[in-house]
Amino acid sequence: MNDKPKIVIGLIIFFAVFTFPFWYNHGTVSSAPEPKLSDKAKQARQCVRDTEFMRTEHMQLLDEWRDTVVRDSERIYEVNGKEYNASLSNTCMDCHSNKADFCDKCHDYASVEPYCWDCHKYPKEKM
Amino acid sequence: MENSRRSFLKFAGVSALGLGSLSLIDGLTSGDVAASSGQSSEATFKRSKNALTAKRWGMVIDTRKLDDGICKEMEKACRATHNIPEHKNKRHEIKWIWDAHYKHVFPGKQDEFLAERLKELPIPVLCNQCANPPCVQACPTQATFQREDGIVMMDFHRCIGCRFCMAACPYGSRSFNFRDPRGDNAIKNENKDFPTRMKGVVEKCNFCAERLAVGKQPICVEVSKGALVFGDLEDPQSEVRQLLKKNYAIRRKQNLGTNPSVYYLV
Repeated sequence: MNDKPKIVIGLIIFFAVFTFPFWYNHGTVSSAPEPKLSDKAKQARQCVRDTEFMRTEHMQLLDEWRDTVVRDSERIYEVNGKEYNASLSNTCMDCHSNKADFCDKCHDYASVEPYCWDCHKYPKEKM
Repeated sequence: MENSRRSFLKFAGVSALGLGSLSLIDGLTSGDVAASSGQSSEATFKRSKNALTAKRWGMVIDTRKLDDGICKEMEKACRATHNIPEHKNKRHEIKWIWDAHYKHVFPGKQDEFLAERLKELPIPVLCNQCANPPCVQACPTQATFQREDGIVMMDFHRCIGCRFCMAACPYGSRSFNFRDPRGDNAIKNENKDFPTRMKGVVEKCNFCAERLAVGKQPICVEVSKGALVFGDLEDPQSEVRQLLKKNYAIRRKQNLGTNPSVYYLV
């Protein structure tokens, strides 16, 4: 057991590296951002579905929209007697015209990078 | 020893079964399944009332009514409608509809004494929307698929850019985005109703599926001054069928068995 110092030093280095993410991010924790609604979205009061559903399931909804529109060519989304054009750029972004405040804020916080915007357009914002 | 191993296996088996059925009971009683199916049933999808429908869409191109101006007009309109990028490098070109000479459009029909008119005439070429499309068979991800109405569509979300479809298409109707279509100011005036594509996907003519969905004819037909006629090939009363009944029409590389839906009157 002559290697004790080496082992101890090795262990210290190991734990330092292992716990690096914890102490590096210590104190930088921020609360979850609240998406900002545009005036038009505020006026509408109700999205295509209720807020709770949209908050948790909007990605599944968009996924369903894109498959149904492209594959089945059914472009009208009907819910509770109301009809919507199933289109990200033309329906969602019509109300939620503030992509930076509405979409990006949460996506950045959750570290997700949806690739919608590689092809789909969003309204230009005044910065 | 032998006895204890036996009892251990018995015990393990029974416990595994018990734990498995526990989660099954849990899943059945929690009501998750019922709730989620109930939620999706209140929302439905449907087509627009104005949508044009057909058993099999087809096109008749009357080369007798064509000239260079009409061809360029159609290409321009298509470019603007579908946000097709215009790259300076010819090798990066994206083509949906373009024009070519007879000898290139119909390489199997090279007559020694071809009608003078056809030699220099620009003939519009586009995706033939084949009834037996080789690109669909070649696509490993089913990004290219055939709709019920015969349109060979692309799901750009799903394209992985392998370009098998380009190798399979005998008409060169498919183009690959070697460059970012949004870069280099390649799209002049963006049409906000149609998405762009991204670098690394293949694209082609879609018979204006997005316009048919809202009750409009394809844009090239609209600006063609009657040279292009669009309609249902399976409907004997349709304008395309009437034209085909009265005129002799040819199709591109018919001997390959792809069964193109685009007919040419020469």
